[in-house]
Amino acid sequence: MNDYLSGLGALLQQYDVLGAFWTNIQLTFWGALIALALGTLLALMRISPIASLRWAGATYVSIFRNTPLTIIMTFMVMGVWTALQIQLADNFEDNFFRLAVVGLAVYHAAFVCEAIRSGVNTVPLGQAEAARAIGLSFLPAARLIILPQAFRGATAPLGNTLIALLKNSTVAAAASVSWETSSTMKTMIEFNPNYLWEIFAVFAIGYVILVIPIGLLTTWLSRRLAVKR
Amino acid sequence: MSASVLFDAPGPRARSWTLAGNIVGALVVLAVAAWVLVQLDSKGQLEPQLWADAVSARTWQYYLIPGLLNTLRAAAFAIVGSIVFGLVFGTGRLSQIGLVRGVSGTVVEFFRAVPVLLMMVFFYGLFGQLLPGVGDKAFLAVVVALILYNGSVIAELVRSGVGNLPRGQGEAGLAIGLTPGQTLRSVQLPQALVAMLPAMVSQIVVVLKDSALGQLIGYQELLRTGQIVYSADGNPLQVLTVVAVVFIVLNLLLTVVAHQLSRLLSSRTAGQTIEGTGIGNPTAVAAGAGGTDKI
Repeated sequence: MNDYLSGLGALLQQYDVLGAFWTNIQLTFWGALIALALGTLLALMRISPIASLRWAGATYVSIFRNTPLTIIMTFMVMGVWTALQIQLADNFEDNFFRLAVVGLAVYHAAFVCEAIRSGVNTVPLGQAEAARAIGLSFLPAARLIILPQAFRGATAPLGNTLIALLKNSTVAAAASVSWETSSTMKTMIEFNPNYLWEIFAVFAIGYVILVIPIGLLTTWLSRRLAVKR
Repeated sequence: MSASVLFDAPGPRARSWTLAGNIVGALVVLAVAAWVLVQLDSKGQLEPQLWADAVSARTWQYYLIPGLLNTLRAAAFAIVGSIVFGLVFGTGRLSQIGLVRGVSGTVVEFFRAVPVLLMMVFFYGLFGQLLPGVGDKAFLAVVVALILYNGSVIAELVRSGVGNLPRGQGEAGLAIGLTPGQTLRSVQLPQALVAMLPAMVSQIVVVLKDSALGQLIGYQELLRTGQIVYSADGNPLQVLTVVAVVFIVLNLLLTVVAHQLSRLLSSRTAGQTIEGTGIGNPTAVAAGAGGTDKI
């Protein structure tokens, strides 16, 4: 029993599990920030009166929403970095990390766009009609009337997208970010197969601890922010 | 997208503004496309040979089609398993027995929170220890991990499908003397299943996309066989584009099916038919200012 515990303790000291989780949190943070900006822009394009922008936004969403994230991540390394020689940082680690962030961001921007659009759909027609009636044109109406309510209505789907982004940050393994959780877990299992269940439990519980508060928080926020109608 | 109410029926001045905006918008889109093509060309990525290798008959016959078949095989097993898993745990969460409810709830919440890739890595290791004789451990790991995650999502769909039915449906079942279990099985579940069918088709998109994660544990699916092609021919950008296009076409077809099903079935159930979002949990969306269409 003591051997077992000290073996497990040594294993957890040998590998930087907390550091791996910290990497995923950082990937999620930067990915979410860029995805939110890009997704809002795409949502604006998709509800704008200009047909070519609507078309461009819709095309972006249907391309990136339907491509597996694993392919996007592989493409960031093999297509963008190897084939096109686009480098985002001087050292390998930062370069792979930034490529992974861009991959996560372009994929999840499509879902942020759809989340915001579903938020726009929660705004009653009368709000847009009232905005028009008092003489606001498209951009002021969107900025002052529609989007503030749309973001409140989009809290729940945006929260779902954030949770998906956190879980999907493990796919950074496909972009050679080899120090994040899924790669760390794979290495640990390879060299310590006798602790298979324990290693999985540590990582799985780590994600449960991260995901469930985000879920509770966004549910609470979406109730609190909901516009009473 | 049909005319949105965010902007008025345009007059002559607004029409000329929109036209100008349209031209500028189209020019920006074209400029971005042209810039991408110039970049590709300057790095020699538009060489016809590179693209020809990526779509040659040999590539399709020996690599991409066998890979695609493996992708579809994993997805087919996974979706059938997910539906069974989802029905069992979804009805479990609606059970009258507190213990069954609690266990089903814990199982569903756990598997929804753990990344699919971690599950695949774990099951690959586990099957390596438990089933040393079995050849395709990666396939089993991919299928089991996909079932546990997507089954949990479908369990939630079952639960919300029953929850979204009008209360009168359950009350009517009880009023004619059915037990709560019978009401669930013969009144509520059939209608909930019809309502959630479009969302289940959308979930197949998620299964197909996530099956590509199998590449990371060495399952010979479409992305993996694509990698074999480009590591020999040296054309990663081209092969990955082809592989992505195959996935996009398949998923767009499924999205169209889900959309049509949603329209077709809305008169067949007291609940509201919903399509999935392709990520996280499908959420019902009411019609509002942005128009009702979905892609």
